[in-house]
This record gives sequence, structure tokens and C-alpha cells, in this order.
Amino acid sequence: MSPDKFEPLIVGFLCNWCSYAGADLAGTARIQYPSNIRIIRVMCSGRVDPLFITKVLRTGFDGVLVSGCHPGECHYQTGNYRARRRLAITKKFLEYIGIEPQRIQASWISASEGAKFAEVVNEVTQGVREIGPNKLFAEEGNGIKTTGGS
Amino acid sequence: MEIEVGSIILAPGYEIFQPQIQSEYGYKRFSNVVTSLEFERILSASGPYRGEVKRPSDRKTPKRIAWIQCIGSRDTAVGNTYCSSVCCMYATKQVILAKDHDSELEATIFHNDIRAFGKGFERYYERAKNTPGVRYIWSKVSILRELPGTKNVVIRFRRNSTDTELSEEEFDLVVLSVGLTSSANIRELADKLSIELNQYGFCNSYPLSPIETSRAGIYVSGVFHAPKDIPDSVTMASGAASLSAQLLSERRGTLVTEKEYPPERDVTGESPRVGVFVCRCGTNIARGVDVPRVIRYARSLDNVVHAEENIFSCSIDATTQLCETIKEKGLNRVVVAACTPRTHEPVFQETLREAGLNPYLFEMANIREQCSLVHAKDKMAATRKAQDIVRMAVAKARLIKPLKQLSMGVNRSALVIGGGVSGMVSTLSLAEQGFETHLVERSEALGGIARRIHHTLEGEDIQTYLQDLITRVYKNPAIQVYTEASITEVAGYVGNFTTKVTVGAEKIVKEIAHGVTIIAAGAEEFKPTEYLYGKDSRVLTLLELEAEMTSGSERITQCNTLVIIQCVGSRDSERPYCSRVCCGQAIKNALKLKEINPEIEIYLLYRDMRTYAFKEDYYQKAAEQEVKFIRYDIDDKPEVEVIQEKGQAILRVSVTEPILGQRLVIDTDMLALGVAIVPPTDNKELSQLFKVPLNEDGFFLEAHMKLRPVDFATDGIFMCGLAHSPKFIDESSAQAQAAASRAATTLAKDFVTAEGIVCSVNENICSGCGVCELVCPYKAIQVDKERKVAKVNEALCKGCGSCGAACPSGVISMNHFKDEQILAQIEALMA
Repeated sequence: MSPDKFEPLIVGFLCNWCSYAGADLAGTARIQYPSNIRIIRVMCSGRVDPLFITKVLRTGFDGVLVSGCHPGECHYQTGNYRARRRLAITKKFLEYIGIEPQRIQASWISASEGAKFAEVVNEVTQGVREIGPNKLFAEEGNGIKTTGGS
Repeated sequence: MEIEVGSIILAPGYEIFQPQIQSEYGYKRFSNVVTSLEFERILSASGPYRGEVKRPSDRKTPKRIAWIQCIGSRDTAVGNTYCSSVCCMYATKQVILAKDHDSELEATIFHNDIRAFGKGFERYYERAKNTPGVRYIWSKVSILRELPGTKNVVIRFRRNSTDTELSEEEFDLVVLSVGLTSSANIRELADKLSIELNQYGFCNSYPLSPIETSRAGIYVSGVFHAPKDIPDSVTMASGAASLSAQLLSERRGTLVTEKEYPPERDVTGESPRVGVFVCRCGTNIARGVDVPRVIRYARSLDNVVHAEENIFSCSIDATTQLCETIKEKGLNRVVVAACTPRTHEPVFQETLREAGLNPYLFEMANIREQCSLVHAKDKMAATRKAQDIVRMAVAKARLIKPLKQLSMGVNRSALVIGGGVSGMVSTLSLAEQGFETHLVERSEALGGIARRIHHTLEGEDIQTYLQDLITRVYKNPAIQVYTEASITEVAGYVGNFTTKVTVGAEKIVKEIAHGVTIIAAGAEEFKPTEYLYGKDSRVLTLLELEAEMTSGSERITQCNTLVIIQCVGSRDSERPYCSRVCCGQAIKNALKLKEINPEIEIYLLYRDMRTYAFKEDYYQKAAEQEVKFIRYDIDDKPEVEVIQEKGQAILRVSVTEPILGQRLVIDTDMLALGVAIVPPTDNKELSQLFKVPLNEDGFFLEAHMKLRPVDFATDGIFMCGLAHSPKFIDESSAQAQAAASRAATTLAKDFVTAEGIVCSVNENICSGCGVCELVCPYKAIQVDKERKVAKVNEALCKGCGSCGAACPSGVISMNHFKDEQILAQIEALMA
């Protein structure tokens, strides 16, 4: 990443059974993609609390990706549907307070879709790069210091 | 020493073909000619040049490397006429790895047929072939000379195509892709055990149950049976364990000593003492990531009291050392920065237990699959990312807590889906080991696609074998068969599944409780639309041809010319996989037809003949019997048309003859198509019911291609046969034994340990609103109406964490993925 060009930082929440496995497959297949993403493993995309997404953006990251199993293939029956609904609402809320909706991306990636994972990271990185840095919370300092679940 | 045993498993391995010093390849005479095994060492981090690709003569980085295939294989001169099965793929792998080392490298592979027949191999081969700077040249080669000054090697070759000219080319390094041979002293062992060997010194086992040797109670696995790759060897090894277990089931467990762990150290109240172990993974991580730098960085993080690097963190040496270090340094949290937790977390958790730590005081930082391997071209960026990943892992590790694992009873019965050869062999194996087994078949009868196969290439009678299997299944009191059955609902988890099946024309609903599941759902024959299939009755698939041959139809006895076209629906853009069996199947039918009518003209139009291992001898036999083999290119497929001539509709096939470069026109009586094996359409449904994945081609996807070839990532579910990928009957049978073996490891236990990652409720704050109860897919949470608090049934909780995300007051925490743990990961990233 060269200093003169804006390189976004993106946090990806991946479910253990499909998308995280897909990311692993991209690795074993040695498919190259931009290094802008940092991955947090959750057991199910249904675990992704709106709080996490808000936290990522308030902390000053430029984008967030939530990825789970394809519809009907969730390891926990319905977690991915819940993730999808929560994400839709979270996105609306964040848009309302001034976050560009493109910063929040969701995708379905199965364990066999290593190439798709790489492609999604490419797209998300490119998309966020185009809209530029996330400055909404910049005046609050680089990141919010409080932690906690509520 | 004398040991009394009930059965013996033979896995003596193999040797590498040693090219003679006098041979045409200049091995040992020219310093820059090495065997593929020597090159494997050159590629290795612990090899002679510490993982840098150099050549022996001057330690310089070679810019042009040639691989020569089939050294000591498919070679009548050395007496090894069989194919070694693995060289095409290991050479392809070496090409990809060498290109990873040096993207400027020019790699040339001089080869005969490329035999990329294993699961996923065709894609891998295509990828190598399409890499810039890589050439696959179908040719005959010899090594000419070593150039005096540079020690470069000159190769002379003639392409097996229109180019009849001899060419010469200079290379910096030449790799001889040497074949696999049986061990020199193997006959001695065979004599002692009174088992038969074949003419090449490999084990002569029962053709349709290849793990069984000629002597009862003695089993074989690995390359001693026939040249094979790691997934097939691992599969066969599990299968051999299963056959032994069948024989010895009454004595199961009598010689087992339970592994004892030291008492778990109570870490409550201790401040975190984190140890960070960074794996180089040979060069897999170290090439892309500056490991020493990551170590230095890890040492600077709060609470990290120890950091070190390992060449392979998962090696026995390293885990033993890890165990010691935990004790010595009083670590109470361990971070291993290595590969993916999906394959290796259990290995390190086991080490933690051995060191007296709760296995959940562990966090893995995935710097291999999700870092070094995918950012190989930018070491700085990859190193920075690896540091971030380690920092996140340490941040989480500080907050993780010991967790309890519940033990739950095991229902000692199995459900096998699919009543073909694979399903039946698995079922019989489990039943003979004493486990009640339910066999579910979607059609009216058992047998699967084998009902349409009459004999094998090696001449075995399939129908007799099949009838015997079916009889044994029906006679076994431990087996319950359900035909015309379909699965409608699946619930539960390893040790305790409940599956609903509708059975028979009346659609009676049965509920089956079982501890494990084996998916052996089979596959189907592809129905093509090209080459006039379905439009002209003379065009048929190889299986349809086989049916006619068996019924002795008149058009078979009167057939004077037959054309066979291979790879119909396989190895194309729509189905970029090899169906593995069609080459053998085509040769089998060609030889049989020659037997029926020695005068018949057979033209076999192929892309690569993939008659691996000893099937190669039948390919040679067919060539000797003047079956005409004509290679075609995917971009120049044969054409089939019907021509009206003298009132007759002539079936005409035309194809480019590669050596003469001319169009060859064949008027044929019949045309047989070697069609693809395709996954059944209901695989998708099964995959959704059991929550197990399919691969890109629609076959079931194993947990790990080499380490766990018949397991799903989900505990208690296994696969075998065509459901896994195309394969021959003997291979299906061995894999079915393997699946039974893996399933039995669960069924043999009294208890399974449930995942410790479950949710818990802070009752002091919970208002009992019931949102969590609503979202829980397992009914693991219920609100206690009187006390107005949510209650978790830990035995039912699967640890998805949906409740945690839904709880409006943040009082349900998903252990090991708690809000504060995940938030700490996010914060750590910005630090």
C-alpha cells in the first residue's frame, strides 16, 4: 500500500462453516486478493450484532463485510436470514446518521467458493476505495474508547 | 519377540524408481539433472538450499526448468509398464510451487497423456497450463548433452503432433518425474505372510474389495496395493482399519488405555500471560510473511510473556515443546499464528489439555490461508496484516475464559443414505462391527448405478458381486433397509440425530434415531445433447453399449465399425472435471467387442488416455489388438453427421488426425460416447438437510482433501463413493470401508463431547423479554415465566450466537465469541 494513495481498511465478519472456509480455500488455491481486509471469525453470520458493525465504522474503519452461508445452507438453519435482516436495518440506521451505504456489504460465500471470496474482497475494496475514507467520526478522535455489550 | 494378533495391515510403502547412470537421461552424469524427489527437497524449507530454488552445479536460480514425465513408468524397456498415477500431478504441483518462488520462471513439461483424474485435479492442471511461462508439450524426449561451460542441459524432443521435426532446447535444470516401484525386499515379506504379489511386486488383492489380500485377515493399504496419491492412501488406510475392526469387533476396546490428562489448572484471578507461537509452515508462511518481525512485534504486545517461531508448529516436536513452554513460563493463554483453526485448532487444544490448561484458553491467528498465501506478492503488506491478525488474536486471548464441555450419550446406530455399492459396503461393514444400521435408498431396489455395469476392466463379474452384497444386506439382522425412501427432515448432531424418512409408495413416515450419518448418494450418467445423441439410435453412451453387449443384441454382433468419443460432458467449461472412469470403461468395452468380433474396427477418440496404475496394461493390450487411438483437441472436437448415400443413412464421424494433421472421415455402424458422471440433482437438497457443503461441481465436499478425505467438517457425517467424486467400483468399495471406519470411531464411544461454545445468560439483568427464545433455531432457550429470566439448555445449544446478536440488553453472551471479545478484536485493529 503506497502512502500517497488511499488504501481502505475493511473488517470482514465471516461465518465459520461457509465463508471462513471459502476464504481458507482461496488461500490453499493461492488466489491473490488485496490485503486491505481483516477477518473476524464468528460461528454464524447470525452472531453479527449491529453493535459490531457500528463499532467497526465508529472506530474509523472504511468498510465492513458480513458473509455467511447461501440461503438455505446455514449450518444453524436460519442464522444467515437473521443476519441479512439485521444488516438491512443496521445499514438504514447508519445511512441515516451519514454513513455511505456502500461501506456495508454482505455476501453469501460457500466453503467451495474460494474464487468468489477473492472476488468479493476485490469488489468491496475497490468500492470503498472509490468513496474514500470514512471521516464521519473523525472529529471524535481516532476511535471510541468505550467497550461493552450495550 | 512374539505378538499375537487377530489381523494384520500391510502398509510397507514403495520406492522411487532409480534412473540408471547409463540411462539416456544423464542422471548423476549431468549435475543439473535431478529426480522429482530431489526437486521436492529443493523446494522444501528444510531442503539443501533452505527453500530457495537453486540448481546443484552453481547454486544459481534456474530460469528454465524442464520436467520429463514417465521416467520408469509406462516403460517396457525397464519392465514397469504400469502408470505410476501420481507423477502428472506432483509435477504440476512442482510447477506451480516453482512459479510461486519465481514468477519469471519458464517451466516446460514434456509429457505423454496428462493424468489429472483425481478430485479437483483437472482444474489444477488447467490452472498450471494457463499460467504464463508454463508449457505442456506432448512429446517424446531424450537428454542430449550437458553444455561444458554453463552446465546447462540440452533436451531433444519431437512433438506428438503435426510437427515432425526434432527440436532441441537448452534448460538450466531438468527434473525427472520418476515413478513408483515396489520395495526391493517385498517378496520376502510376501513369502513370510503367504500373500500373493502381482507381476510388478505390488500386492495382489481381491479386485472388488481391494483392501483384502489373498489371505484372510491380512489387509493392505497405500501404494503397496497400487500406485496412488495421498487422499486415496489415507482412504484405504481407514478402510483397512474398518476391515480389521469387523474381524475383531468382539474384542473392541480390550487393549485400549485411556489417555490421561493432568488436572486442569485453575486460572481464575490470574492476569493473562499470553504465549505467541508463530509458525513458518516450512516456507508457506515464511516466504510471504517476515516471521522474525512478527515475533518481535508480538513481544511488544501487552500481556505477551513469550513469543517464538516454529518451522512447523503442528509437528510432534513443536507441540511437545509447546506443552513444556506452557508449564515453564506459566502461560495461561496461548496464541498460535499459523494456518486455519478449521483444520488445526483441535491439534493445539489437545496440547493445552496435556499441559493442564483448559482447551478454550487458545486462540488461533490465521496467517497462512488468509494472509501469506493470498498476498504472496507483497511481503510488506502481508507482514503488516500478519501483525494485525496476531494483535487481534492476543486482544481476544486476554479475554477468553475456560469453558466446560458436556458429555452426551451416543446412539449407537448409523444412517446410510444410498443403496448402491458404496452404501451397501458401508452398511455391511458397520453391521458386521455390531452397529445397527439403517440403509435408505431412493429407488425401488438396491444396487445403484452398478446394476448397469456387468464386468470390470479386469474382468470381474459385477452382477454376481452385487447380488451377493444385496443378499448379505437383507440377511443381516442389524440392517434395516428402506426403499423408495426420501429424507424429509433432519435434526440433531453427532451422537444423536433424528431423521424423518418417507418410505414406499404409501409414503409412510418413519423417524430414525441415529448417531452417525454416511452419505453415499451416488451419481448419474450425463445425458449429452451433442454428437446426435438421442437423435440417432446408433449413438449411445458407454453404459448403454455395455447393456447391448451383455444382451447380445444383433447390432452388436453385426457391428463392423465402432467409434468411441471420450470426454463427452467432462473436462469442458461447464464441467471442468475429469470423470475418471470413462477411459477404463472405453478400453473395457473395446476389448470385449474385439473378443465378440475380432474383425471389428474400433476408433477411440480421446483427449488424454487416463488408464492409471495397472489399467495401463489394458490400454497397451487394446493398442496391440489394433484399436485405433486418435487424440483430439477440445478446440477441434470430432464432428458427427448423418449422410444420405444410396438410400442409406450413413453415420459419419470426422476428426483431425493429429500426427498427419489431416481430416479423418470414418463411416461407422455405431458411435459410443464416454459421457461424464454427474452429481444427482437432489444432492442440493441433501446438502441443505444435513448442512454439509457441495463443491463447485455439485459433489460433496470433504473436510480436508488429504487429512480427512471421507469426513465432513460437521462431526458425525461422512461420505463415500460417487457422492464424493467419480471413481471405479473397487475404489468406491475401499472408500465405503473408510467411511464406515470413521463412523465407527464415534459409534464405539459411550459419550461424545459436545462443543463447549454455548451461550449463557446474566440472570441479574435479563428481563425475560423472550427475543432470544424466538430466534434460537434449536429451542435451547426458554423463558422461565415465573422468574422472568431466559434459561439455556446447554445440551441443545449449538453455539451459533444468534441470541447474542438479538438480545436488546446484551445479557446473553455467546461464550468464546462474547461481545467484549469481538469488540476487543475490532479495537485492537485500530491500535
